[in-house]
Order: sequence, then C-alpha cells, then structure tokens
Amino acid sequence: MNPSFKPQDDLAQIRTIMERSTKFLSLSAFAAILAGVYALVGAGIAWRIIYGSDKVLYYDLKQEFITSDTLPLILVAGGVFVLAVGTGLLLSYRKALAAGQALWNAPAQRLVFNFIIPFSTGSLFVVILYFRGYYSLLAASTLLFYGLALLNAGNFTFSDIRKLGMAEIVLGILAAIFPGKGLLFWALGFGVMHIVYGVIMYRKYERR
Amino acid sequence: MKNAFQELNKAFESRIRLGIMSALMVNDFVDFNTLKELLELTDGNLASHLRALEQLAYVRVEKSFLGRKPNTRYAVTPEGRVAFELHIVALEKIIKSM
Repeated sequence: MNPSFKPQDDLAQIRTIMERSTKFLSLSAFAAILAGVYALVGAGIAWRIIYGSDKVLYYDLKQEFITSDTLPLILVAGGVFVLAVGTGLLLSYRKALAAGQALWNAPAQRLVFNFIIPFSTGSLFVVILYFRGYYSLLAASTLLFYGLALLNAGNFTFSDIRKLGMAEIVLGILAAIFPGKGLLFWALGFGVMHIVYGVIMYRKYERR
Repeated sequence: MKNAFQELNKAFESRIRLGIMSALMVNDFVDFNTLKELLELTDGNLASHLRALEQLAYVRVEKSFLGRKPNTRYAVTPEGRVAFELHIVALEKIIKSM
C-alpha cells in the first residue's frame, strides 16, 4: 500500500467538495454588520419622523395611503433595503473573487431562489396589509417573513443563518403581541440581529 | 485491517475522481463547466477522468441544449452511488483501525 495514502485527507476532500458544490459560502459577514448599521440609522431617522411630529400619523393615513409624513418613512425603509442588498452583493462578489469562485454559481442560484419565494410572498403581503390599513401588523409581518426566508435559505449557505432566521421569527411574534412597539422590534431584528450575526460569522469563519 | 484496504475502490484512488463523485453525490446533475470550476481542472484532464467513470458505469452523461448552447451534464448512476458509499465506509474503517 502506498505509504503516503491518508484516508483522513480523502474524507476531508470529499466533505469540502460536497459542501462547496451545494452551499454558497461567499456571503460576507462584514456586509451583515453594515446592513445592521444601515437599519439602525434608518430606524433612528424613522423614530425622529414619527415621534418628532405633532401630527397623528394614523389619522392622516385614513384619508390617504401616502402622505407627506409616511412618504419619508417609505423612502427611508427603501433606502436601507437597497443599501443593504447592494453592500451584500458587492462584498460577496469580492469574497467570491478572492476565493476564485463565481458569484452566480449553482449554489448561489439555489440560495436566491429559496430565499426569494418566502421573501417576495412576505413583501406582497406587507404591501396588501398597508393598503388595507393593518399598520400594527407591518413590523411583525416583515420580521416573520424575513425570518422564514432565512430559515429556508439556510440549507444552501452557512447553516448559522437558520439561527438568525429563528431569532427574526421570535421577534416577529413579539412584535405582533406588542403593537405600537413595531419600530423597536424592527430595529432589534434588522439592526441589532444583523450586527450580532455578522460579528459571530466574522469570528467563526473569516478572521485569520 | 487488511480487508478494509481491499474494500477500497481502485477507481476512486485519484483525487480528481473522488472530487467528481463527491459533487455528483449531492447534486441531481452537475454540468461540465461547474465541475471544471469546482475542481480547478483543465478541460482535457476533467474529460478523461469523466470518461473513465462513465466506462465503469458510475456516471452517466446527458447532452442537451440551453437555447443554442450545447450543455453537457453529469449524474451519478445507482451503481456509482453504491460503489462510492462502499469506498467511504472502507476509508472510515481504515481510520478507525489506525
């Protein structure tokens, strides 16, 4: 028998290839931290808009769906979302490049597909809630559907992301139980949780 | 101990074939270019190892068209799956007995 034969190395190679061919491992931990920071800044701006105004927001909303008070809130939320997704794509692209892998490979496609179905269902549902006037359920619904999307996507990337998904689901349920505290849970779920997750992931996988 | 070494499958002695089989075991299909990128191989090198696995009936080929581009994708056969699982069992046995 060949003396250099190392069965442990063979098994390690098998495991690496199996993981690399099914899981998208270029997700950047730093992008998660930045997404959390954007969300906290966004929540801060939203807090000032909501509590800095003497007007009762919900009263205005009964007449019109988009008012001079709610439009800035929608813009802030949209801005946070676009910035977070953009940062995620850019930093993941750089991570993939550094590892010599393509960004849009088969595992990435599976990850996006499995994320986007619950996520777009939730987005549509939240828009419907908004136009039907169920404002108190907006924060809960965004957190719940985002959590479910992460849970589903977790099979195709670092499995740690499933834990983030479960945390978002718990926060979503709490947000539904305590209406009126939506912004707080939103800041916890999209802000603090992303930062905590990003720091854990950085320490676990990216620090050298 | 000696038995476990005899249970190793000669077809999987090469790291490249081990890699090809690993990727095919956990995916329904993998196309040629994805395998090439995953295992960091040249066209010729990958093709010759795939042909060897195909001749052993461990791997089957499916040629199709994606729009106008020809696309060759590979899948593991039931025989290939059994052979690879036995090979892994043998590797584990050897490690345990060391």
